[in-house]
Amino acid sequence: MSRTEQIVSGLARRQRAEKRFRLYGLIAIVLGMSFLLLLFGSIVTNGYKAFTQTYIELPIYFNPEVIDPGGEHDPQTLFSADYWKLVKTAMYQKFPQVSGRKERRELARMISEGSAYELRDQVLENPGLIGTTRHIWVVADDDIDMLMKGYIDREVPEDERRLNDRVIGYVDDLREAGVIERQFNTTFFTAGDSREPEQAGILGALTGSFLTLIITLLLSFPIGVAAAIYLEEFAPRNRFIDLIEININNLAAVPSIIFGLLGLAIFINWFGMPRSTAIVGGLVLALMTLPTIIIASRVSIQAVPPSIKEAALGVGASRMQAMFHHVLPIAMPGMLTGTIIGMARALGETAPLLMIGMVAFIVEPPSGFTDPATALPVQIFLWSDSPERGFTERTSAAILVLLAFLIAMNAAAVYLREKVTKRF
Amino acid sequence: MDITETLAIPIPEQLDPSATTGHADLDLTTVGDITVPDPRMKLRDINVFYGQKQAVFNVNLDIGSNSVSAMIGPSGCGKTTLLRCLNRMNDTIDGCRVEGRVEMDGKNVYARKVDPVLLRARVGMVFQKPNPFPKSIFDNVAYGPRIHGLVHDRTDLEEIVHTSLERAGLLNEVKDRLDQPGTGLSGGQQQRLCIARAIAVSPEVILMDEPCSALDPIATARIEELIGELRKNFSIAIVTHSMQQAARVSQRTAYFHLGYLVEVGPTKDIFTTPKHQLTEEYITGRFG
Repeated sequence: MSRTEQIVSGLARRQRAEKRFRLYGLIAIVLGMSFLLLLFGSIVTNGYKAFTQTYIELPIYFNPEVIDPGGEHDPQTLFSADYWKLVKTAMYQKFPQVSGRKERRELARMISEGSAYELRDQVLENPGLIGTTRHIWVVADDDIDMLMKGYIDREVPEDERRLNDRVIGYVDDLREAGVIERQFNTTFFTAGDSREPEQAGILGALTGSFLTLIITLLLSFPIGVAAAIYLEEFAPRNRFIDLIEININNLAAVPSIIFGLLGLAIFINWFGMPRSTAIVGGLVLALMTLPTIIIASRVSIQAVPPSIKEAALGVGASRMQAMFHHVLPIAMPGMLTGTIIGMARALGETAPLLMIGMVAFIVEPPSGFTDPATALPVQIFLWSDSPERGFTERTSAAILVLLAFLIAMNAAAVYLREKVTKRF
Repeated sequence: MDITETLAIPIPEQLDPSATTGHADLDLTTVGDITVPDPRMKLRDINVFYGQKQAVFNVNLDIGSNSVSAMIGPSGCGKTTLLRCLNRMNDTIDGCRVEGRVEMDGKNVYARKVDPVLLRARVGMVFQKPNPFPKSIFDNVAYGPRIHGLVHDRTDLEEIVHTSLERAGLLNEVKDRLDQPGTGLSGGQQQRLCIARAIAVSPEVILMDEPCSALDPIATARIEELIGELRKNFSIAIVTHSMQQAARVSQRTAYFHLGYLVEVGPTKDIFTTPKHQLTEEYITGRFG
């Protein structure tokens, strides 16, 4: 057999091996993509309905005798008045045929209790409403919402479902009259947490996450980059620095809940910082993110060609000038990538926040770094634990918001990176 | 003058000088007069170590004013290391230790209180591979004057940039695109840009570390011509692999062998009547 023949005989085998390898790669990608699609598909199908909510149109008579007996429009009186009675009255008038305590209670329960606060806010804003009758869309109870979204099966025996035949009959009547419909769920984006699914929103958690991440970014990026610059450029090569390097690498692998314990012990118990606040959450997540940023920053500094630094030093730049004028601009895209990976991890982190009390039930969105707050992933965790069907779909919707937040962050990072990238 | 056309081919690093030539008992003490009448810098008893390994042994050498001093020798002979002692660029290398004195105006530049930043402003450097900053041509040249605070307004700065580019023989080629990136120039232009950048801070000495090794013959010829021009205003020390280049551009030549300065003298003497056996073998192309 000649040499050429020898090579030819092996060629087919080599080509087969290559084809096989390409196929494996393709299979891996298809598999990964399909799992991703499955994941997204299930979340979206579960969650998209939470972006709408059932509303019922009621002719509300702002009865002065109920909400403003004195007739003085005193904000204090208006604030503490019984608006729920207005809703109930309107409901009873809608169904005059219904009598009996039990039936009337069922009727009133079709409306969310939150609608009373809605009416109160409207009156406080515009006291001229008192004494008039207005057609107002009020939020329906979450059970009605579930029925409208088709989650309650009418075929199931009456005593096994959450709504009895009578209530379903009322809903059908309202539907025929065209005064019940699903509208965009603004509450979901403007409210904090609530015990009632129809009143629960993610604004509180979103604000909490945002405030926490601001603290994390402000602390971990400058400190991480500074540490990386020091270690790469100025640190002497000795055992102590080696020890520090090993520890930074180890810290990157420490489970996040440990950082939560650390935050609890140091920031809350020792420094006496307030519990459940964005500032403590930000500090803890900054500690957790630091190693990632330091490692990524060091790698990108090392990747800068040394000739650039030498050129700067050669014309008499100090080490710091060489670093800040020439090395850092080139290393910046890599540093930003590392930072965004760290921040994305921080955004999705739940465990350390549980340890420092950011798992609290927060109704009011935090207005500052020291207000009690919770975070998006923690909110998702809380809702996923609730038995109501309304919370199940809100869990998925909150996950969608979290993913959107994440994608927005990544897009911003990519944009920033493109802007600062220097080409050789 | 019998300079063969054979270029210096790098030989593997060897510690035993006799291994190269087969002369086990070769004397490596410097032959020739290391001093010049008007020295700009003086190297005295220089030993350089990389960790445990010694790279330069007991070198004494003067760098003359307004002249070109060439350092030649096979790869790994320590000529680049020695060149980098002159502006303390070796400081940036981990584990590099320099012993001895490098004098400029009678003062040791390795003295504790000497700031390498000032030294490097007085002793500029051009590197083997063209390394312009990834910035505009203008900013490349303007960088030195800017960080040293040599200019007070934009007009001054433009003046310096234009003069430097002119002296580097680059102005005519780039004057319409000073805002374009310096990295977009050809290799030879990039190297001349680096020379312009070095002379923009008006150094007294320019160190060139094989400035033409990455360039084609035409670009090389331009740089060599430029070196001849620059000699009028600057003192130049150049490391080169090419003996022809040393012969063409320099007034004095130092031949290094495995970290030892073997022979030094006027360039024409080195290439016509080498005194040391190793020098003769190297320039006639018998090894190296």
